[in-house]
Amino acid sequence: MTGMWSKLRQQPWIWSFIAMIAVWLATIIFTRGQGAGDILTAALSFATFTIVIGLGQMMVITTGPGNVDLSIPATITLSGVVAMKIMDTDNARLLIGIAAALGVSFLVGLFNYGLIRLLRIPPIIATLSSSFLILSTAISYGRGIRIKPPPMLDDFATAKVLGVPVAAIFVALLSLAIAIVLKRTRYGRTVLAIGQNPRAARLAGLNVDLTRFATYVLSALLAGVCGIVLSGFSGGAALNMGEGFLLASIAVVVIGGTSVAGGRANVPGVWGAALFIYLLDTMLNVFGASAGIRLIMTGVIIIAVITIAGGDRAQRS
Amino acid sequence: MPKVAVELTRITKSFGAVRALGGVDLMLAEGECLGLVGHNGAGKSTLMHVLAGTLRPDSGSLAIAGEDVSAHFSAATASAHGIRCVFQELSLCPNLTLVENARITHRALKGFGWKARARKLIAAKLDEIFPNHGIDVDAEAGDLNIGQRQMAEIARAFTVTDEPLRVVILDEPTSSLDAVTAKQLLTFMRREVAKGVSTILISHLLGDVLDHCDRIAVMKDGKVVAERAARDFTRNSLVAAMGAAAETKSVRQIRSRAAKISTEIAVAATPETAGRTASLTVNKGEIVGLAGLAGHGQTRMLIQIFEGARKPGGATKVAGEAAFIAGDRQSDGIFNLWSIGENTTVSSLKTLRRGPLIAADREAEMARDWKERIGIRTPDMNDNILTLSGGNQQKALFARALGSKADIVLMDDPMRGVDVSTKLEVYDMIRKEAEAGRSFVWYTTEIDELSHCDRAYIFRNGAIVAELGPDELTEDKVLHASFAESA
Repeated sequence: MTGMWSKLRQQPWIWSFIAMIAVWLATIIFTRGQGAGDILTAALSFATFTIVIGLGQMMVITTGPGNVDLSIPATITLSGVVAMKIMDTDNARLLIGIAAALGVSFLVGLFNYGLIRLLRIPPIIATLSSSFLILSTAISYGRGIRIKPPPMLDDFATAKVLGVPVAAIFVALLSLAIAIVLKRTRYGRTVLAIGQNPRAARLAGLNVDLTRFATYVLSALLAGVCGIVLSGFSGGAALNMGEGFLLASIAVVVIGGTSVAGGRANVPGVWGAALFIYLLDTMLNVFGASAGIRLIMTGVIIIAVITIAGGDRAQRS
Repeated sequence: MPKVAVELTRITKSFGAVRALGGVDLMLAEGECLGLVGHNGAGKSTLMHVLAGTLRPDSGSLAIAGEDVSAHFSAATASAHGIRCVFQELSLCPNLTLVENARITHRALKGFGWKARARKLIAAKLDEIFPNHGIDVDAEAGDLNIGQRQMAEIARAFTVTDEPLRVVILDEPTSSLDAVTAKQLLTFMRREVAKGVSTILISHLLGDVLDHCDRIAVMKDGKVVAERAARDFTRNSLVAAMGAAAETKSVRQIRSRAAKISTEIAVAATPETAGRTASLTVNKGEIVGLAGLAGHGQTRMLIQIFEGARKPGGATKVAGEAAFIAGDRQSDGIFNLWSIGENTTVSSLKTLRRGPLIAADREAEMARDWKERIGIRTPDMNDNILTLSGGNQQKALFARALGSKADIVLMDDPMRGVDVSTKLEVYDMIRKEAEAGRSFVWYTTEIDELSHCDRAYIFRNGAIVAELGPDELTEDKVLHASFAESA
């Protein structure tokens, strides 16, 4: 038992899970056990979206210092707006809508990497400025009208099996796939290698440019998927639907134990961290804290978790 | 009896299951140069880290000038007592200029005008040790090549402000220096020793140690196994004391392979770094040396060939895939977060796949296989790469390139920090691979190593200024060509 614990303690993701369980327990103790299961179900439903984009952000951050995708919220919005407008509440147009939304997401990834590679703009600036362009495109295309999702998409986004959201099951499979890709494919190894030392990666014969390109495209595509499903979940696309996802996408990566310095990714940690952030919000709501207090507490508790976890000291020094 | 500068007594140190030092006693007198030799992983660098205060020994004591300092020994105490070191893994901050780097080790350089004083200090010392070095002290360390970084680091170790200069540890100081600068350094070192400074010289170049040290200590498996005056050692007795397979005489092996080398051309390239230059060709199965003074465009030539192999149709013609063996392993070679195994297999991932996924068992098999073939000293290939000594890390890089499918292997002065017996094994491996049809382009700062090449090109200021055939690869000819005005 102690052997297992000391092994577990080495895992950078364990702290996000401990924090998540602690927050959940605190909440249900406060409510005297009422709604324990419902809270988890709701957390899974909402966290699913953060996890999808968190995985994309994790891949980008893993490719090394300076790499980050700030265009995720704008891409979510554009994808949602395009999907809803093309589907036009019609089940028959579902697939075309998905294809179109993923198509524009792909173009976003292509555009981002073009700015980074061809114009040599640092990723943080490139993706920030492209997000203004993306959001403007969404505004002029969607004209601010909220279009309802087709019934099938609505059903899929809100369906549950034994209290577990169906979307969460799909995201679990996606996470598993990404974990395998990281560990057991040439692409995944290249992502990890670039994050440690891009020059050495190139000299080891790995394709650095193609891998970076694929990673920014992957992040944009995952944001696109998030946009489509989120539109179904929340009854249509809105121009502010990406709000809050910027900080969340980076926070789940960092709390989850992925190295900000690059080269080390952590898939389970993204899950623990996303659930933790949502449950933390729920807990503060249940405690009846005011909005100001909630924000302060969220900041303080996130800092505390990162400090206590501290497994990867190198990334903070 | 000269006064004792430093005395180490029964020092032990273990890293996990690996015992790096098993009770070492070592004494260094004032004004003495001690040579320290031994194989990769014998514990030389670990011992020096203990002496420099950067590693805490598990047990044992340490006295400097008769004062027992074991209780609170740290890098700061070591420095206050006048211990300076130049380690294999160079320690200049890459984002700072040499002047700023000099300030880091000298707290006394403060207040108004510290920069001017630091500049004067480091520039004067560079001029003193390496006349005509041509290094800009206001350049950022990261922009210098590895040879220049090493020169700067050595010069910095010998600068004096408020702290005394008692002992200088030189761990493989000449590994990135060409014959001329290496000679300058060793001459300077003897001058300092004559003034009363003690030095410890760690080197795999036994000739340097035999010629320039007063006393030699031989380490093996974490212990000092022989310690005598340098004049009582010969090259052979030294190698025997290290416990190596006796070194075959470094007489030129007449390779007489000319007939066997195919006429098929593997590489045809012209250096992009100079306007007027000769071109380079490498035949299939040939071993071609790149020589000349360090940092005159040889590494850039290798990278040009490497890039040429990835972009067919360019000006640089390369028939087949190329692999690169880094000499500057910190910045060009190893992946710090990965295991030894992952570092070894990274260039062969395509061939280790089963379906779309990398097969774990085949990857482990390749790692095990190369651990045996090249003798990487580790209990487990799954351990992190940084648990290895410098020379063993280098072996992993050799395994990475030789284990890949590459037709052309580019070597960027790859024998830095590699011990004699491993070198001999690797030379042997290279020759066998060449006979099997692989081509090698080999940049080396050791003129002796050119004896393993079929031909060599001499570089100066980014240009190829001479081509030497197998009978011309002698120190005289190489040095002559390195300095002569190009025709």
